[in-house]
Amino acid sequence: MKSLRMTLLALLSAMVVGGVIIVLSDIDSLRDGDFATAFGAVFSAYRALFVGSFGSLRAISSTINSTVPLMLCGVSVSIAFKAGLFNIGATGQMLAGGMAALWVGFSMNGPGIIQVPLAILAGAVGGALFGAIAGVLKARTGAHEVITTIMLNNMAAFMVLWLLKTNLFQRSDRTDPISKLVDPAGRLPRLFGFLNGREDLLAHSGFVVALLAVGVFWWFLHRTTMGFEFRVLGLNSDAAQYAGMRTKRLTVLAMLFAGAFAGMAGASEVTGTYGYASQNFAGNIGFDAIAIALLGRSSPLGTAFAAVLFGALQAGGRQMQANTDVPISLIVVLRALIVMFIAAPLLVKAIWRVKADTGAQSQTFRGWGS
Amino acid sequence: MSDIKSAGIGQSAEQRKRSRNVGVVYVVLGLVSATIFTNRPGNSGFKLLDDFIFVIPARPFAWALAITLVALGAAQLLRGMGKVTNVVLTVATISFVVGFLTWAASGGSFSLTGMLQDTVTRSVPITMGAIAGIICERSGIINIAIEGQLLGSAFAGSVVGSVLGPWPGVAAAMLMGVALSGILAVFAIRYRVDQVIVGFAINFLALGLTSFLASRVLTKNPQYNLVKPFSPYRVPLLSEIPVIGVVLFTQTLFVYVSLAAVAVTTWALFRTRWGLRTRAIGEYPKAAGTLGVDVIKLRYRNLLIAGAAAGFGGAWWPIGTVGRFDQNITSGRGFIALAAVIFGRWHPVGALSAALVFAFAEALQLKLSNLNTGIPSEFLLMAPYLVTLVVVAGFVGRSRAPRAAGQIYEAQ
Repeated sequence: MKSLRMTLLALLSAMVVGGVIIVLSDIDSLRDGDFATAFGAVFSAYRALFVGSFGSLRAISSTINSTVPLMLCGVSVSIAFKAGLFNIGATGQMLAGGMAALWVGFSMNGPGIIQVPLAILAGAVGGALFGAIAGVLKARTGAHEVITTIMLNNMAAFMVLWLLKTNLFQRSDRTDPISKLVDPAGRLPRLFGFLNGREDLLAHSGFVVALLAVGVFWWFLHRTTMGFEFRVLGLNSDAAQYAGMRTKRLTVLAMLFAGAFAGMAGASEVTGTYGYASQNFAGNIGFDAIAIALLGRSSPLGTAFAAVLFGALQAGGRQMQANTDVPISLIVVLRALIVMFIAAPLLVKAIWRVKADTGAQSQTFRGWGS
Repeated sequence: MSDIKSAGIGQSAEQRKRSRNVGVVYVVLGLVSATIFTNRPGNSGFKLLDDFIFVIPARPFAWALAITLVALGAAQLLRGMGKVTNVVLTVATISFVVGFLTWAASGGSFSLTGMLQDTVTRSVPITMGAIAGIICERSGIINIAIEGQLLGSAFAGSVVGSVLGPWPGVAAAMLMGVALSGILAVFAIRYRVDQVIVGFAINFLALGLTSFLASRVLTKNPQYNLVKPFSPYRVPLLSEIPVIGVVLFTQTLFVYVSLAAVAVTTWALFRTRWGLRTRAIGEYPKAAGTLGVDVIKLRYRNLLIAGAAAGFGGAWWPIGTVGRFDQNITSGRGFIALAAVIFGRWHPVGALSAALVFAFAEALQLKLSNLNTGIPSEFLLMAPYLVTLVVVAGFVGRSRAPRAAGQIYEAQ
């Protein structure tokens, strides 16, 4: 309960600071002394943010679609964190997985029951292989994953750009880098397909994949030997080595699994949300996922909730930008503030003058050492 | 555990493996040179001066390069290079890049001097960001917020620079860097928040706030986003030297200051009392604290210094180049700077070398689009990252960070 109260207070603090920023940035109204407009903007912005994320079935549907890749990539970053690795490469792994899934998606025309799982599997394999590169480099040469994954992200972006211009991938009537369409049967089924006449509810079953991924992550971490080994490696690599664990193999596997989850995020974006791939279908999701993993303290449940929160902000932010003159970049500010306030319970306690046991703080990242 | 590893037999096995990797890389590069670089006849011109073009026959050069690289690889694999390993590797890498350029430019010519000048110019924000990272991490605080510091200070530099002029703009940028570093310091030191978490939060905060303000305020008021950038300053006499004069001494103030910052930081870190104490609190803060160093105070001070350095690097965008701020104008350069910190093994000179490598890659990307090489431009654009990956894997290897970086320090 106490941690719930701290979380709510952190959210409240972030909203208050965000409100101040909205008022202060309305320099035209402030110059005219029109405080009613400046303060009114705060309420209309937050109202639109809420209505756009949870206010209607359509808003919830939109939140779900924004959440899916964030949750999968969040799991990707979290599982690497658990093994003591910093996966900045979710973007690249997502691109690799997405392209693999895309290839399955447009080149096959079987029944959906086969195509869809195959596409997700292809995405997982593509992402896993790409993620494993950083793992192998780390295990064999000690090259730090922060460098290698950043480099691999850049390489993946150019690789996708090139692929989207090849005859295999490029849509036949286009000259810009845009892919063929995924076969309709290969699209991830819509979640609300059973509601007649609600074609506007675009939420797709990638959400089921994401929830399953969180479940698998929990089961792996707490119910398997290797999950235990991951945690030991993450807490103290020397201890893991000393206990006879094959740390190099674990390092490779951690990046492989991380890549698989991020690859599924790519697959779900391509075969669910878009139905094709463009140059930057991965967007900033890989980086947002780092914030999500940090916010959720790399735990399965925490990551899932953080992803829903970020997804809701994303969906609500679009509505806010459309209805008010507050730009969507406000949500990036809010995300930062939320992460900051949740990470600093001592500060929240000082602001709101509450007494609460903040518990022991765990560290996610144990320095740069090997 | 790690002490035993580094002192005992493990290290030499590790070295042997790295030596083998490097040998394999030489052979691979040699084969690339033999198969790809030899496929284009003609001469390649490198324009060094306005009236002097250095001409290399492309095909013979590629063959010579290929044979040399394979021979080097064989020597490396058979008996290793001992103490000159790194020198040989540097020379081999540079020769390979020259080979690549010769191949890319065959049948035409391009301005090598111009590209090198561009390289040095573009190295500024990466170098300054890396210096900020090094000072922080040498003091035991991980600074993953370099990107945010660069971005926030670029914004401050543009707005203040537009209203008050470029010099106050630089000052404002540095102040913004200090402020963002201050947030990192307060959260990491006072509120004992995980340094990576707060660092990332600062990145998001800077990205969000600057994008928010740019679209909400600057779009409607373009007069706040129009700086007069510094023009290059030709150093008397030195700028008259052929090639080097253009590359190094016909630059803006940013280049001179960043090179000076590398020298000063190196000297200060390794030759002064401040440096000794800084390295002590980064390695073993408890021992330093016991001996009377005020760990907390020194960490605060060093983080603020680092913020000023990053802020100066951020000012480079509006005041050193384009004269304005755009959303996410830094586009990941702060992370490249972070890579340069690790690549350069937490040493300012190493970081400068790494920054020059990355900046060269950037400058090359712009040039490559003008050259017709027959292979998809995407692969050429990918090459610098691939080269970095190979070099980091084969050459840098396991680098050792300051021991206390990332650990929370509890004052006694």
